[in-house]
Amino acid sequence: MAVDVVAADETDDPEIAADAGVDRGRGNLVSSIQSVLHRYPALSPALVLLAAYVVFTFLGDGRFARLDTTGRMLQQTAVVGVLAIGQTIIVLTAGIDLSIGVIAIFSHLFMAKLAMNNGWPSILALLAGFAAATLFGALNGALVSKVKLPPFIVTLGTLNIFLALGLIYSQAREISGDDLRGSGNGLLVWTGKTISLGSLRITTGVLMVVVLYAVFAYVLSNTAWGRHIYAVGDDADAAALAGIDVNRVKLSAYAVAGFVYGLGGWILLGRADTASTNNAGGANLDTITAVVIGGTSLFGGRGLIWGTLLGALIVTVYNTGLSLAGVNQDYRTLAIGILVIVAVAIDQWIRKARK
Amino acid sequence: MSAVEPSLDPILAARGLVKRFGRVVALSGADLELYPGEVLAVIGDNGAGKSSLIKCLSGAMVPDEGAIELDGQAVQFRRPQDARAAGIETVYQTLAVAPALDIAANMFLGREQRRPGPLGSILRMIDKPGMRRSAQEAVQRLGIATIQNMNQAVETLSGGQRQAVAVARAAAFGSKVVILDEPTAALGVKESGLVLQMIRDLRENGLPVILISHNMPHVFEVADRIHIQRLGRRAAVIKPDEYSMSDAVAIMTGAATAGGG
Repeated sequence: MAVDVVAADETDDPEIAADAGVDRGRGNLVSSIQSVLHRYPALSPALVLLAAYVVFTFLGDGRFARLDTTGRMLQQTAVVGVLAIGQTIIVLTAGIDLSIGVIAIFSHLFMAKLAMNNGWPSILALLAGFAAATLFGALNGALVSKVKLPPFIVTLGTLNIFLALGLIYSQAREISGDDLRGSGNGLLVWTGKTISLGSLRITTGVLMVVVLYAVFAYVLSNTAWGRHIYAVGDDADAAALAGIDVNRVKLSAYAVAGFVYGLGGWILLGRADTASTNNAGGANLDTITAVVIGGTSLFGGRGLIWGTLLGALIVTVYNTGLSLAGVNQDYRTLAIGILVIVAVAIDQWIRKARK
Repeated sequence: MSAVEPSLDPILAARGLVKRFGRVVALSGADLELYPGEVLAVIGDNGAGKSSLIKCLSGAMVPDEGAIELDGQAVQFRRPQDARAAGIETVYQTLAVAPALDIAANMFLGREQRRPGPLGSILRMIDKPGMRRSAQEAVQRLGIATIQNMNQAVETLSGGQRQAVAVARAAAFGSKVVILDEPTAALGVKESGLVLQMIRDLRENGLPVILISHNMPHVFEVADRIHIQRLGRRAAVIKPDEYSMSDAVAIMTGAATAGGG
């Protein structure tokens, strides 16, 4: 029996083949833009970041374009940037994590207090902080994968639980960076150490964030675990039928994210130069903002980790640029809100084209 | 009971399978034999126990009673992975593909291959070029000319092409038996033709196929033998060239028995 070539496959160019399903009468330009954005999810945040950078450079009085401003923006982005790695992994599995900020807060309090008050060697205190954060993440993961509760509800609950644990544990006392350095625990605030490249001043924490993005970009695209994260978020039933242990993938995703929050706690300690329950308060929603603006779909299975870094940078660039242009805080918040809505609307539009 | 019995030993056999769900009996002593190199169609009315029978063979369901033999050896499948490890690949009606991943990634989903050397063992790097090559070969072996680019996301494929990817995956990994559950149900005429041709190609490559289908013309077109399931057990096995479609429907509904006309 002769089998004819189906119309969609006259070309092996995936973009053109992808277009075949779309109504050609509606204009090929729009649908090819759609399919390019669909294929390269980090492209739109990259363009937005570039545009924002150019606009603010020419808009203001020249302060924005200076290297010291860039350095400050990178430092401001470090904490949300690292925490957003964990959020991205979880969102890719079609989950969400509202307990990010409080896990980072608990872990940085835990590190500082073990070293200061219990006399643990810095390195052990640091590792204990990572372990606590990993454990909290794994607890979220167990509730999601084994008890089958919705991630939103699980992490809403643990948000309050971990916050309370942090408050009870710290007894609302702060530990300053000077105290840590004075007692020979400089390692714990090492992430705040400044590195100067001319007038560009960044911290070791900023470098750590960049390295972590590179590591997780590799893990997500080049290991079986990374692929399973995408497959589970894309279609959990299909992944299970293909032989993937969906529960194990989810549990490990939350645990790995927890470990990243532990690293985030370390970077937070260096950045804030103090251990306090007041640090990183808005981190939960800021990481979701970064993930969404970065083009990762909240429905799971789609997105790139680099997009999240761009998303986090976009928020900082907008805030700084508008601030230097004399726009007050309230209007900056308004602008970020609009940006989030636009980013999600674009994501929906791209998905709709593909059904 | 059966109208036809080839002389070879069956590669896959089920004997007296029973499966109950509370008071509902899905299988009441069902038998099945699949012989080397044949396409066996399984037909039956809704509720006749077709899908329960297939699920027992593919490990998705554990029978309450009865035995399954593969190559004459008794086997027990607790999970789909067990059946897969034994060489039985199933293409589910829902296809089990991840739309956002590309063809090669889907083909190897759940059994990714790593790079040789330290890249694979220490850095756990998956062998993307190698898997792409194997995927290409698997697709070519089945003569699927319409799929060229293994980097193409599965969501950009038509229904028939997705089915082709799922069948190619089953053919590439199924060393003993391939089970296809309603592979043409959601497809148009042209695409159904492609899938039927793939079923013939599987048989030519020496892989026996179990085909579950509602579509009588498709069944009569490709099947060597037709297993008719009725009321939780096998009512008859017929050859398509000895019986008509209306005979098959009559047996399916209980209006006639095999041999009796």
